[in-house]
Amino acid sequence: MTDRVARIEQRLREALAPESIEIGDESHLHAGHEGAKGGGGHFAVTIVSAKFQGQNTVMRHRLVYDALGNMMQKEIHALSITALSPDEL
Amino acid sequence: MSVQDRIKEQIVSEKIMLYMKGTPQFPQCGFSGKTVQILQACGARFGAVDVLADPEIRQGIKDYSNWPTIPQLYINGEFIGGCDIITELYQKGELQKMVMAAQG
Repeated sequence: MTDRVARIEQRLREALAPESIEIGDESHLHAGHEGAKGGGGHFAVTIVSAKFQGQNTVMRHRLVYDALGNMMQKEIHALSITALSPDEL
Repeated sequence: MSVQDRIKEQIVSEKIMLYMKGTPQFPQCGFSGKTVQILQACGARFGAVDVLADPEIRQGIKDYSNWPTIPQLYINGEFIGGCDIITELYQKGELQKMVMAAQG
């Protein structure tokens, strides 16, 4: 799982050049529930990037999902996203 | 009828439509359950589609919106967001206004 966190961070850093990024692995909180049978993990990410400036929340989440690409299909079952621009801190 | 055509019809069959895992009575995922609770707190009358009951819809709705996760909320056919966004809109008091506007 820590490998997944590292790869999530790498992809987000490459795509969004964040000022700060924090990723939590919450998979243990959801072990065994019906929706998680596929083996994907639950993660929470808080990310601050200038690329979110002037973007609404849907657009910000799309940027994060786009950066993660195919990881969203199997490896990540759920992702809780807090996406801020630097001036919102 | 193709999956995408089915979804296009389904999405507008209710003014407020939630694609979720499980049913409003028995959600099968914490994020779907939370979204249902928020909609109920807003007094929303909404339709719900259980994507676990239909694998074609489960993938098809992700393709339709280009959004990789469930739940997904639509109001008047327009994609509003997933659980995080619904929570944020509710906390800002905006979701309540959107629900009232949709229900007239």
